[in-house]
Amino acid sequence: MGLELFRIDDRLIHGQVVVGWGQPLDIDFIVLVDDEVAASEWEQELYRMGVPPEMDVHFLSVAEAGDRLREFAADGRPGILLTGDIETMQRLAQATGLVRRVNLGGIHHRAGRTQRMRYIFLSPEEERALRDLAASGVEVVAQDVPSARVASLDEVLGGRGDR
Amino acid sequence: MSSNRPPALVVTHANLADGLVSAVRQITGRAGDFVTISNAGMGADELERVIRETVERTGARVVFTDLPAGSCAICSRRVTRAVEGLVVVTGTNLATLLDFVFDEDPSPESAARRAVERGRASLTVVGASRGS
Repeated sequence: MGLELFRIDDRLIHGQVVVGWGQPLDIDFIVLVDDEVAASEWEQELYRMGVPPEMDVHFLSVAEAGDRLREFAADGRPGILLTGDIETMQRLAQATGLVRRVNLGGIHHRAGRTQRMRYIFLSPEEERALRDLAASGVEVVAQDVPSARVASLDEVLGGRGDR
Repeated sequence: MSSNRPPALVVTHANLADGLVSAVRQITGRAGDFVTISNAGMGADELERVIRETVERTGARVVFTDLPAGSCAICSRRVTRAVEGLVVVTGTNLATLLDFVFDEDPSPESAARRAVERGRASLTVVGASRGS
């Protein structure tokens, strides 16, 4: 129990998270870690309105999440932690040492990024950050939905994740 | 559209929007009431941009979406901040769109609100439960 999934997804809370992962994992809470969302009531309301009422959502900055990560990890209920980018997850992992496995769920096209999988586009800096994350002992994998094959970081960076 | 309202957007996961609108076309013979957008392959920023640009181009004042927690609904709701009078419907089904098409109200919002009630009322369970 506790945090069952640490996911990087630029859409944050959306269908794949709430339904695709939320249903099979029987998720009771989501921890959304994003400095911008944590500072905006409007953004929080936007995300909260789409989530089933029985599901708790915590909106936290990286610093706040770092302080409370052990508490969420020890929660008796299953939960998902989300960040919208690699840097945020990397900061959280470095600050806490409690992130063991990271799921790349959706990093979409943007200027300067190269496509690595159907749903993964990375800039050279982001690729370096993922390698650093892996070198620090965090397992990095890509899997958009539970029924999809898990792709290793080597497969992602080698463009072989969709095979 | 019979009331001369601008077309409405249908923004969904995968090909659901095209499927819903093709069903509307088959049932009513009308094709110009909706503009469809799929979120396939798009991140949040790109999807929001595409919705905003389509709203500006078409003059749409209603966006029909699917899951309340989905990126289609969330990105559409972001666009409402910039476009006055724009409303977003979540949980859209075929009955919702059919009612919207035939509603003569010149107000897109009013037509959308009635269409939502019709769509909600169309969800039923029939059969079984005999001694179960």
